[in-house]
Amino acid sequence: MQFEEIKSLVEEKFSESIKGENLNSHPSTLIIDSAYIHGVCEFLLKCHLTYFDSLSCLTGIDNGEENGTMEVLYHLYSIPFSLHLALSVVLDRENPSVDSVSDIWRGANWHEREVYDLLGIKFKNHPDLRRILLPEDWEGYPLRKDYQEQELYHEIKVKY
Amino acid sequence: MEKEQPFEKIKTGEGGIVVSKLDDLLNWARLSSIWPMGFGLACCAIEFMSTASSAYDLDRFGVIPRNSPRQSDVMIVSGTVTFKMAERVKRLYEQMAEPRYVISMGSCANCGGPYWEHGYHVLKGVDRVIPVDVYVPGCPPRPEALIGGFLKLQEKIRGESILKPKALEKLMNTKHAI
Repeated sequence: MQFEEIKSLVEEKFSESIKGENLNSHPSTLIIDSAYIHGVCEFLLKCHLTYFDSLSCLTGIDNGEENGTMEVLYHLYSIPFSLHLALSVVLDRENPSVDSVSDIWRGANWHEREVYDLLGIKFKNHPDLRRILLPEDWEGYPLRKDYQEQELYHEIKVKY
Repeated sequence: MEKEQPFEKIKTGEGGIVVSKLDDLLNWARLSSIWPMGFGLACCAIEFMSTASSAYDLDRFGVIPRNSPRQSDVMIVSGTVTFKMAERVKRLYEQMAEPRYVISMGSCANCGGPYWEHGYHVLKGVDRVIPVDVYVPGCPPRPEALIGGFLKLQEKIRGESILKPKALEKLMNTKHAI
């Protein structure tokens, strides 16, 4: 099954969900409206033609203050059909939040926690949205472009 | 006349008595069995493990890794110390009995290493939390370099005196964080 066929399948099911595509990425990316992402993911898993049963990776990107957006990227893989697909949602940088897909793929749980930890993107309906790598009392989200290191952490100087 | 024979035998100097200073005896005992705490933080720990392997044989210096800070004489900070880990490292150091020593192994523990500029989560040198006796440079240091660090530490211990506990003095005069 080709990218175009998957795209038309999604379009057929959720007519207004696709906002664009990126054919230069590997695998090709479908840009999805953030309101539809949970439905699209569930559909891609349950559809007997695609059966994307593996969420290989879930990451976040900060596009910077000048663009005012953040992105969440979903890399999907279908083990029985050996299909690759990437989904992306573009979020508002001021208050980034998107539906959690951890109820569809359990592995998304920790990935989403990591994205929350480092970029501050909130995942709605996530069962346990806490920091995963940094200490719980850490201030700020380090992978944001405008991140400022704190002066002291527990009275230890942070700067070199 | 026969009674005097054993007395003469002792006078030959083979009686097995060594006269020494207490300082020298203590230092000799301490530097001959420097037991490190068996804990590692990053890739330097792999080099530490291979130093302890039969190829480099740290055992010949009396260095045997221990599993408890209570039984350890030296802490080898082998790897990147994150802020999250810094408090644990400090706690482990405090659990060690005196006299205790610290070897900072590798660039990360010495000064933050490759994380010195953008490593928001990395402590820029473990000496910001605990006092360090020997710094071993390298990324990671080869086993020879770590052995060199132990020899340096032995040299340091050899010069110590219980009447002038310099390490303790230094510790009490240093204001440490946490």
